Amino acid sequence: MRLGSIAALAIVGSIVLSSCAANEEAPAGDAPESTLAGTIDGSGASSQGSAQEAWIAAFQIANPDVTITYDPAGSGAGREAFIAGGVSFAGTDSSLKDEEIAGGFAGCVADSGYIEVPVYISPIAVIFNVEGVDELNLDAATLAGIFKGTITTWDDAAIVALNKDATLPSAPITAVHRSDDSGTTKNFADYLNKVAPEVWDAAPADPFPYATGEGAQGTSGVVDAVTNGTNTIGYADASKAGDLGVAKIKVGDEFVGYTAEAAAAVVAESPFVEGRAETDLAIKLDRTTTDPSHYPLVLVSYIIACGEYEDADTAAVVKAYVGYLASEEGQAEAASAAGAAPLSADLSAKVATAIATIK
Amino acid sequence: MTTATEPAPIKARQRPADRVFAGASLVAGIIILLALAAVAVFLVAQSLPAFVADPKELKGEPDSFLAYVAPLVFGTIWAAFLALLMALPLSLGIALFISHYAPRRVAQGLGYIIDLLAAVPSVVFGLWGIKVLAPAVGPLYIWLTENLGWIPLFAPPASGTGKTVLTVAIVLAVMIIPIITALCREVFLQTPVLHEEAALALGATRWEMIQMAVLPFGRPGIVSAAMLGLGRALGETMVVAMVLSPAFLITFVLTSGQNSPTIAGNIALNFPEAFGVNVNALIATGLILFGITLLINSIARAIVNRRKAFSGAN
Amino acid sequence: MTTTTAAPAGITNSLTTGRLPKGAPWLILGGSWAVMLLVFMFVKAANEDADYNIAAALFFGTILFDILLTIVAYLVEGARQARDRLVTSLVATAFIIALLPLVSLLFTVVSNGLARFDLAFFTNSMRNVVGEGGGGLHAITGTLLITGMATLISVPIGLLTAIYLVEYGRGALARAITFFVDVMTGIPSIVAGLFAFALFALLFDDPGIRFGFGGSVALSLLMIPVVVRSSEEMLKIVPNELREAAYALGVPKWLTILKVVIPTAIAGIATGVTLAISRVIGETAPLLIIAGLSTSMNYDLFNDRMASLPVFVYTQYQSNGTDINNLERAWTGSLTLILIVMALNLIARLIAKIFSPKLGR
Repeated sequence: MRLGSIAALAIVGSIVLSSCAANEEAPAGDAPESTLAGTIDGSGASSQGSAQEAWIAAFQIANPDVTITYDPAGSGAGREAFIAGGVSFAGTDSSLKDEEIAGGFAGCVADSGYIEVPVYISPIAVIFNVEGVDELNLDAATLAGIFKGTITTWDDAAIVALNKDATLPSAPITAVHRSDDSGTTKNFADYLNKVAPEVWDAAPADPFPYATGEGAQGTSGVVDAVTNGTNTIGYADASKAGDLGVAKIKVGDEFVGYTAEAAAAVVAESPFVEGRAETDLAIKLDRTTTDPSHYPLVLVSYIIACGEYEDADTAAVVKAYVGYLASEEGQAEAASAAGAAPLSADLSAKVATAIATIK
Repeated sequence: MTTATEPAPIKARQRPADRVFAGASLVAGIIILLALAAVAVFLVAQSLPAFVADPKELKGEPDSFLAYVAPLVFGTIWAAFLALLMALPLSLGIALFISHYAPRRVAQGLGYIIDLLAAVPSVVFGLWGIKVLAPAVGPLYIWLTENLGWIPLFAPPASGTGKTVLTVAIVLAVMIIPIITALCREVFLQTPVLHEEAALALGATRWEMIQMAVLPFGRPGIVSAAMLGLGRALGETMVVAMVLSPAFLITFVLTSGQNSPTIAGNIALNFPEAFGVNVNALIATGLILFGITLLINSIARAIVNRRKAFSGAN
Repeated sequence: MTTTTAAPAGITNSLTTGRLPKGAPWLILGGSWAVMLLVFMFVKAANEDADYNIAAALFFGTILFDILLTIVAYLVEGARQARDRLVTSLVATAFIIALLPLVSLLFTVVSNGLARFDLAFFTNSMRNVVGEGGGGLHAITGTLLITGMATLISVPIGLLTAIYLVEYGRGALARAITFFVDVMTGIPSIVAGLFAFALFALLFDDPGIRFGFGGSVALSLLMIPVVVRSSEEMLKIVPNELREAAYALGVPKWLTILKVVIPTAIAGIATGVTLAISRVIGETAPLLIIAGLSTSMNYDLFNDRMASLPVFVYTQYQSNGTDINNLERAWTGSLTLILIVMALNLIARLIAKIFSPKLGR
């Protein structure tokens, strides 16, 4: 048996190994000119996953000798790996904590500082699947009530009051939240907590705070659960909403659906977190905006990198790559591949200045 | 069984090859002990901070570490127990069907089909569970809560998505059936033919023959196969993470959207975003899972050993 | 409800025959299925929304058959025969029930997986692929390399340990090993991954270490106890008479084990090893942690991240959203994974058949 399985593996293996991936052979004709070379690893937020895939592909095509990997292991894992020096850059949905900054970064030249820049802005969509309902208007208090479990049926007076024209079924609401810890939950909870603190009394954090509703793993899990369930509602990255119904949320006096522009607008007008280094562009989102051209239910994801790398080649690749992410082309790539909202011109310039300091 | 009186043991001559072979097998055993010691050191060292930490720092701010762990332990055992409850009778039936009922030529093919299920990787079971099974059983759960809601197990409200502990248990059962079946089948096939023929010759029906000859002979094997299956059900990670809708509470309800989480699933869900003492807490739950499996296995061993006298082997 | 079963005919002459005619069970089975199919058709007619559920109809039909056959057999043949018939039909039912999820699962995987089961999937990696196209070659190689290495580590250790336990082990050490192998079956897969990661990060002083061999070590931790336990069980079941006969002929112990004990048990051991491989080949969580994720080819177990099929399937599913391409790749990856394990299974069986002695059964 032992010999058998080895032999079998050897046979199958040699068949597979003898061939190389067809798409990895050197491109015929003239390769794009690029002096960059090397492999850099990144790790972090899964929300950036699709965008990173697209960015990496585009960047590697332009720089054939560069290999970039991005491991969508989660923001916490990404930050931890970066702090320990395990990866060259990290993606994260929540900006670095003060104690993390104070602890220093093992992979960087000591005391060389760090950069933290927003590169990925994604509106969070409130998705629903209710028979006979195509449009749904919700305000923050109602939304908070639904997810907290205080509003339990679709024909609850609070929902009916906001949706006079809709025929809402008298069925129980199945509110689907993320069962894994996630930045999406944190941003969603932050919005509810800021706008409707009297209902949503839990401090925003990665885990879902209440023991109600149903949990599903990952964005795909939530989308699946909402799609396959009955009378369901959930929240997910807008780019993954697909054909599901998307609720409009109340901003000021109007009900606003998500658009890339509205999401970008709220980020553009939000202040930076105070007391941080100049290269730290962590944003304090203005959730309570009343401007109906804003969509305050957004997620901002950052890239963290060293101020100075010990290896010049790594520094060059990271600088070029992160620079590309924040560039107009990079943002356009993310918009088409992952439905992200672009950085505003003003913010983009600040990000570029910060990235320029990488050594 | 023969009960020959044993003469004083005769010492066999030790050849060099004998020593090498015995030595190699001993070394293999010791490697296992060392590997396990390393894992244990790692687990314990990483868990210690969680036991002494302020429970307020843990996820969900429980009153004590015990309150944090209790739903996890309960959920793990509950899901695995349900899975075994469904899997064991079915597996025994299938194993008997293949070994003693189906025509011999058919049996081989059937055995292969069942082994196929064992070949399906857990991530595929997860995909199937969430894409096919959960939506399919969702309406059934609603029906159950509406019509049998007075039974505490089916207390309303029903889950709207079918992502309940019962669904997870079904997937887990489907996963462990081939494991239990494959081992039981091998054991049943080893039943001494003479025993079977003797029973049949005495006029026993096929079932009576199985009752008298096959099952007593195979009992240790059955227990050990069931434990192997249970071990897999207890430690299964991806299926639970993908399918179960967890909430931090203890509940027996089979059809609700809020289910007790399992340890392995909880680690998979929360590890990527965990930091600080929460990482230690997750590893500590891993240590506890370790302990649970150990306990169950010890019980199984005890049963097997007590029954040894009746088995045909040795 | 009137049934079309021929059962009542048997009752009239029960005094003389005491035995059901040979075709009766089949007739009852067909009858019960027909009845249930009819019932479900009525349900469907009464309730427009309900789907016509053939699987459920056959399932309930089979249960009806179990009950009917027992009653008929009890009336005609008496209690003992009835119990025998009941068990027979229950055993057959168990088999059919177990087949239902298998068929559903295989159908789902095959029907979804065939869409991308093309040449491109087996010749392309995911490097520089966004949206359409791309393939799983990098993941297939990764899985074969990692699992192959894990098998290379686990089978010798596991089998030798089983031999030690059954043939040599006496006293405290053997009991300790037995006990701790049991403990090892309790290692949750994700903990094995965490352990391998912590170990190699410490050994190589690289906090971000990701490489295929680490995955093999993590998988070995999961695989060894399965190999030990199943092989142990199989070795134990080899009759002592065989060993004694060999000793009596003056065959040394090691040769007895190699030439008599192992060949006798080889079919069971092969099954055990195959089960062990199929248990670990689909492991996702530990490989995510220690082997990481890569979109490019990597043949080197000891350097750089290495993709594997389960991780590939998982990440492709996780990032699907509106993009059908990712989901199609995930299903095709699943299909490929199943096919690989099936092939392994087949080979293991062949080997068991070739090497096992021809017994009289």
